[in-house]
Amino acid sequence: MTTNSHGSVSSYAVGFMLSLIFTFAPYFMVTQHIGQGWVLGSALAIFAVSQVLVQLVFFLHLGREKRPRWHSLAFGFMTVVVVIVVFGSLWIMNNLNYHTMSGPTVDQYIQDEEAIKPYAR
Amino acid sequence: MLGRLNWDVLPNDPFTIIALVATGLIAGAGLAVLLKIKGLAWARKTVMYIWREWLTSLDPKKIGVMYILVAVAMLLRGAADAGMMRAQQALSVGDSHGILQSDTFQQVFSAHGTIMIFFVAMGLMFGIINLVLPLQLGARDVAFPFLNSVSFWLFSAGMILINLSLVLGEFSAAGWLAYPPLSELQYSPGVGVDYWIWALQIAGVGSLLSGVNFLVTILKMRAPGMTLMRMPIFAWSVMGSMLLVVFAFPILTATLAMLSLDRTLGMHFFTSDFGGNAMMYINLIWAWGHPEVYILVLPAFGIFSEVVATFSRKRLFGYTSMVWAIAAITFLSFVVWLHHFFTMGAGANVNAFFGIMTMIISIPTGVKVFNWLFTMYGGRVRFTSPMLWFIGFVITFTIGGATGVLLAVPAADFQLHNSLFLVAHFHNMIIGGVVFGYFAGLTYWFPKIFGFRLNEKLGKLAFWFWLSGFCFAFIPLYILGMMGATRRLDHYDPSMGWQGLFIVAGFGVVLIGLGVATQILQFYVSIRDRHLNRDLTGDPWEGRTLEWSIASPAPVYNFAIIPKVHGRDAFWETKQNGTTTSTDYTDIHLPKNTPFGIFIAASSLVAGFAIIWHIWWLAGLGLLGVIGLIIIRSFDEQTEYTITAKEIAKVEAAFAKQKATA
Amino acid sequence: MTTQAEQKIHQAETNKTIFGFWVYIMTDCVLFATLFATYAVLHNNTFGGPGARELFSMPFVLAETLILLTSSFTIGLAVLAARQKRLALVYSWLAVTFILGAAFLGLELHEFSNLVSEGHSWRASAFLSAFFTLVGTHGLHITSGLIWMTVLIAQIFRKGFTGSTLKRLALFSLFWHFLDIVWVFIFTVVYLLGASA
Repeated sequence: MTTNSHGSVSSYAVGFMLSLIFTFAPYFMVTQHIGQGWVLGSALAIFAVSQVLVQLVFFLHLGREKRPRWHSLAFGFMTVVVVIVVFGSLWIMNNLNYHTMSGPTVDQYIQDEEAIKPYAR
Repeated sequence: MLGRLNWDVLPNDPFTIIALVATGLIAGAGLAVLLKIKGLAWARKTVMYIWREWLTSLDPKKIGVMYILVAVAMLLRGAADAGMMRAQQALSVGDSHGILQSDTFQQVFSAHGTIMIFFVAMGLMFGIINLVLPLQLGARDVAFPFLNSVSFWLFSAGMILINLSLVLGEFSAAGWLAYPPLSELQYSPGVGVDYWIWALQIAGVGSLLSGVNFLVTILKMRAPGMTLMRMPIFAWSVMGSMLLVVFAFPILTATLAMLSLDRTLGMHFFTSDFGGNAMMYINLIWAWGHPEVYILVLPAFGIFSEVVATFSRKRLFGYTSMVWAIAAITFLSFVVWLHHFFTMGAGANVNAFFGIMTMIISIPTGVKVFNWLFTMYGGRVRFTSPMLWFIGFVITFTIGGATGVLLAVPAADFQLHNSLFLVAHFHNMIIGGVVFGYFAGLTYWFPKIFGFRLNEKLGKLAFWFWLSGFCFAFIPLYILGMMGATRRLDHYDPSMGWQGLFIVAGFGVVLIGLGVATQILQFYVSIRDRHLNRDLTGDPWEGRTLEWSIASPAPVYNFAIIPKVHGRDAFWETKQNGTTTSTDYTDIHLPKNTPFGIFIAASSLVAGFAIIWHIWWLAGLGLLGVIGLIIIRSFDEQTEYTITAKEIAKVEAAFAKQKATA
Repeated sequence: MTTQAEQKIHQAETNKTIFGFWVYIMTDCVLFATLFATYAVLHNNTFGGPGARELFSMPFVLAETLILLTSSFTIGLAVLAARQKRLALVYSWLAVTFILGAAFLGLELHEFSNLVSEGHSWRASAFLSAFFTLVGTHGLHITSGLIWMTVLIAQIFRKGFTGSTLKRLALFSLFWHFLDIVWVFIFTVVYLLGASA
């Protein structure tokens, strides 16, 4: 970043320590089979995002710049685009089988996704 | 040793051979005559001059002109493709199969789209931005001048690859976006798709670097006092466009890379077997593709904002809402891309979401159109040719926009997807919006760069040819689409009843051709008469923004003294208040010329060519060359030269004298 | 021009370059996001072959992760040392970063060659294509970083701490930190989620 916000040995060390914690924790959750399904998934996501935030703040000094905060703004915009492209793509690609489902699958889908009970056949 | 390159890849149909040999002979003869008349020494001097003053220059004004020259050359090729397609579709009915073989026709429409979007539209856009942006911001250069040169030469390398496909091998026959599985190795085993991939990949890197360059220029190099809300609207539109470049082009880079990996390393991203999913390609390519069309049109909108205000002799109406409209369009560009494949199989929820977002994105554009019209209302309008291009835009773009909202309804799109209705719609937007806008900009800013105005009469004539030509060429296509005609047809049955309309469309293309010919004539006449049309004051149109405050042609350093800005329409304000400019000049440091942009692009060209033809050792050399050149350049210390205050004083004094006599 | 005014101009130039490089890194994030999206869509398309669960060794991946994370820490220390103009310390931390980065790359190449020799190459399925491309692209970036580091060390050796070399060291550290951040996502999405499927 700019030379006004460069951190110190201790702040880098704190960042490093926190990153280690956020690396080992999910690792042991997976290798020791702690949690499963969406619980495990959410935990992994939280650890990942946390470590990324730690590294952004302690290593990349994001948010510690003088105004105007162009770096943070650019980062924010990038995050929005990435979320749209990644989750948008997943939503779309997942949905592409909509028209190729067979009878019973369609009924189940309509019930699950759209909360409508199909009429009796 | 030479991969799949061999003598067979040279063209073997008489048509192409004759065309190429004729071109070669004419060019060679012309060169020989020139040398005979002017002598070898003159030739050497001229080549050295072009190399020194133009090719290796880091002056964005020079780079901008070169972009535009390449774009115009490619426009001629793209228009020739269009002419061939119209001729084919007007003639190839029933027993007749027109003038082109099926396979050739498919290469022609693929080349047409690819060239027009990537080399004509993008080229004109980057050209105009290079010419105008630093001047409007009160800056002397862009943020990264060397990168600017690299971008231009990468763009040119892509252009060379596309043109090389005419001579060596073939071009892609998979459309301008090369959908798999057709574009995969199984169904396109030749070099065509590989030419397409690497031309776009190399040019795409150039575009991405330009996106970074211009974005940083806008955010960091505005003149003191020029807050963002005091920037000309053209600069805002460029900012929106460059934000889109920066965040959308990497998607293209990754997607092209994956297609290339499928074809070259046997991967299975988009193949029809081994678990590949071709639909993911279409999803990704349009996640880039939709922002791309807004990348092209936003600067055109910006040009209109400048042109309308200047020629209405009135401040632009609704500056703040214009800025919000640009911001809205920029953001919304990223949430509509599925409307390019409503029919690919997604369910109603997904289609409805993207359909609604697509309809919403038309609203900020509408706001802009109304603001331009309100600017004209109550102004003292001068109908110069840039204004005519604007009027033509309002008419055509509104029609195109309406058909766009129609297509945004998924149910309607199911009927019209990939029909000629769609083709008419997007040509409406691109020609009416992008092309008319850039033509207006070229005419408007030409005097600033070259020091004389273009011939107005021929400019207006060209406009009328283009507008009428557009109507004749594309209104029939709307009707044909409704009648069931699909795109990319090279033959149809007479019982469809389509031929009449295709003939009308062909007539339209002839008119457009006359428009292009008139523009070429306009350049010739304007250059011939340049002493009569000199711009002596630097302000030929009574402009409002900073670029009109300096001499025409603009001096290499743009501003002798960086202006201080106190409000919007900074130059207009200076003119009204009659502020005197200081003569307190200091030395100015500008970037030195360098051939490294050319070398890096040449190395990339070699690498791309080698990958296409599977000459692996050469590809490795090309890649090493790029890396090595970057490293060597990074050791360069003396990258600037100085213009002394004395020299500046001389130039500025001459301008002041010229202004006084005007 | 006074040296104070000159310094201000140099500082503005440096900030401009650093911001421009940051924007480039943002574009690289979108590039990786595209590869991640593709991996997410294709990761179950194993064409009957083995998936993430069968192929990846967790301890191995943990080693890679710790090595890269440490190197991100040491490049930070190198930048701090450069601010204090401590040449020897800068060389040391740069050397450590290089060795760690090279070790990471070596481990990754080892993992790749094992997979290929067992018949699980990028040609075997869409899942493997996506895996090799996503992780391989990261590896290519690491390789570029190692080359850059070498050139950087050479330039510091030749010219010492000039405005230019300090700026380039700052740019390189941005790049290197960013690569570790991308790796956090690869570690989580490819390896951890893969192993727990």
